[in-house]
Amino acid sequence: MSDALPAVHEQYQVATQQLAADRLGLWVFLASEAMLFGAVFFSLAVYHYIHPAAMHAATDQLDLSMGAVGTAVLLSSSTTMALAVKAAGEGRRWETLVALIGTVVLGLAFEAIKVHDWFDEFGKGLYPPAGPPFPLPQPAARLFFHLYFVSTGLHAVHLAVGILLVAGLVIMQVSGRLTLPERMVTVEMVGLYWQFVDIVWIFLYPTLYLVSR
Amino acid sequence: MTAEAKALPSKSYLEDGYTLSSWFFSTDHKRIAILYFVSITLFFFVGGAAATLIRLELLSPTGLFLSNDAYNRLFTIHGVVMVWFFLIPSIPNTFGNFLIPIMIGAKDLAFPKLNLASWWIFVLAGCFVIAALLIGGVDTGWTFYAPFSTMFSNGYVVPAVIGVFIAGFSTILTGLNFIVTIHKLRAPGMTWFRLPLFVWAIYATSLVMVLATPVLATTLMLIFAERVLGLGFFDPKLGGDPVLYQHLFWFYSHPAVYIMVLPAMAVMSELMSAFCKRRVFGYKVVAYSSLAIAGLGFLVWGHHMFVAGESVYAGLVFSLLSFSIAVPSAIKVFNWTATMRKGYVSLDAPMLFALGFIGLFVIGGLSGLFVAATGLDVHLTRTYFVIAHFHFIMVGGTVSCYFGALHFWWPKMTGRMYPEMLGRGTALMIFFGFILTFMPQFILGWLGMPRRYHLYPPEFQVLNVLSSAGASILAVAYTLPLIYLGWSLFYGKRAGANPWGAAGLEWLIPSPPPRENFETVPVVTWEAYPYPLKPQPVERKETP
Repeated sequence: MSDALPAVHEQYQVATQQLAADRLGLWVFLASEAMLFGAVFFSLAVYHYIHPAAMHAATDQLDLSMGAVGTAVLLSSSTTMALAVKAAGEGRRWETLVALIGTVVLGLAFEAIKVHDWFDEFGKGLYPPAGPPFPLPQPAARLFFHLYFVSTGLHAVHLAVGILLVAGLVIMQVSGRLTLPERMVTVEMVGLYWQFVDIVWIFLYPTLYLVSR
Repeated sequence: MTAEAKALPSKSYLEDGYTLSSWFFSTDHKRIAILYFVSITLFFFVGGAAATLIRLELLSPTGLFLSNDAYNRLFTIHGVVMVWFFLIPSIPNTFGNFLIPIMIGAKDLAFPKLNLASWWIFVLAGCFVIAALLIGGVDTGWTFYAPFSTMFSNGYVVPAVIGVFIAGFSTILTGLNFIVTIHKLRAPGMTWFRLPLFVWAIYATSLVMVLATPVLATTLMLIFAERVLGLGFFDPKLGGDPVLYQHLFWFYSHPAVYIMVLPAMAVMSELMSAFCKRRVFGYKVVAYSSLAIAGLGFLVWGHHMFVAGESVYAGLVFSLLSFSIAVPSAIKVFNWTATMRKGYVSLDAPMLFALGFIGLFVIGGLSGLFVAATGLDVHLTRTYFVIAHFHFIMVGGTVSCYFGALHFWWPKMTGRMYPEMLGRGTALMIFFGFILTFMPQFILGWLGMPRRYHLYPPEFQVLNVLSSAGASILAVAYTLPLIYLGWSLFYGKRAGANPWGAAGLEWLIPSPPPRENFETVPVVTWEAYPYPLKPQPVERKETP
């Protein structure tokens, strides 16, 4: 850790204490987030177990190749985010900026792929409450798609928050308010959140696309 | 603000600005504690008014003045308001907020702005729930069971669910703030095993807050999606399982019981040591038992579903785990009682509340063993026995301790003493009023009176009237402190720094405390509860 650290708030005695508190705070928050998604994964697991045949039929309706492309895009964004954090810690401003912009672009690309998927699925009648008639006979297949839309939707909302945060960093960086490496911790926090959202997808992708295929 | 506070170190937090915005946008943990205190007092009386109407209605076997539907809405609003807007924030957000930084020797919580945000989120959540109440109420019961809540209910489920959903974020942020503060902001020398047991128990509570509340958020989100967007998750027509809803709901709501009762246990340790002038018996065991309760609390949710179609084997395991959680609870009660042995016991009002807690909590805990037994539970589930059981824990236990804490730390928070005899009278009235209200409900439940009905066979009337009579005593006893504590704000005797002669960092600083709590960061060289107190146990030195 470099010795250049941000200003210390009055409740802290030294900057390292503040840094440690910020880090712990984010990890506790992520633990809480993990439980939020945990309930969704639990529901998916239960219905996979109760209705294996219907879940298999429903999984086959998903576009595996688009899912795989999305996963690759999101994993690439993890790489650029990790590069941004590393560059920020070493005070390399330009590399940080480029890596952050790359992260925003890849994040937006993933969201675009997801929205395209949703429209595609809506067109095929896979959104049960509205649109064309649902193509599958098994009632539990609807259950799968209900969970599919809620879980991918929840993930997309989290990713959107992440994109806004990274975009915020880009703006701060350009306007010169993100002094590096002093405020490296800010980049690191956003980075942690970003990686968390990616990891959720790394579990969501096989659960939705692969397990019952 | 910081510079000003340093220039005038003797100014108390109450004198640090008199404008409304100096309160509503203060990041001082003590002021935010007061904001919480005022808001949850408001909610307490909303929930209390609903309870009063319920007990009035139940005076007669045919009901006095409510339709079936109105009665359903009444007990729902009582439950929702009392659970999420009084009990869960009660002790942590008022006393925890006020005391944790002081008890560990810090100037504030780790994230003061987040703390303020958490209060504003709480207020926003309250607005949704009050709106739901005003436009017509909710008829699902506080548990929002699917598929009734998602497909059939005519009430305003959506605003209520949104309100509770938002309130959850306030809880999570508070828990997060406490965890980080306790880990990272302890004063030099304040090791984990020198912490007051209050801090240990609030720490355990915070873990549950952070890890259980998000599951509630997801569950409520699924209700919302099913009711508004038509995405059915629990709909049996699609092969969905309503029992899954109950699993998700109780995975949060059983740990939530410990969010409500662990803080009461936190207060108990402080009260028992201060009024017996002894170190809490078995300090480490009490500390660990808080963590044990928090951990085991996550493994017992299935005992709410013994009759909901859960497998026999699951029931067996959940029953066993539920019995085992009685062990750390019993250890605590044993240790508090043992603290009194050879202590200099003084029966001031806070101590009377604490003794009341022991009595009521033991009855509540033992009746918990009845309903944890799968065989007995088939007979007792959804009867007044369950109602009596959890009110003994939540109201007899937690609310008694809340009032005990209020009287104990009132001089610290306001700088004024309350009228002692009125305080003792209130403590006794709450204890006996409570017994009269809820003991008959055990018998009613045992005889088979189901919960959530306002019509009942005439032979149950005597017991119901007794219960309502007790409730009227409680109504008076809960209102009295509002009057005499309000009076004491202006006319009460000035309290010194340490009116009780108690140990703990909060009693070493002036009452009410200055904005920055400590002029210089204290260096702790003594164990927790160093009774008998030496004249000058403090050794202070400048910040390194």
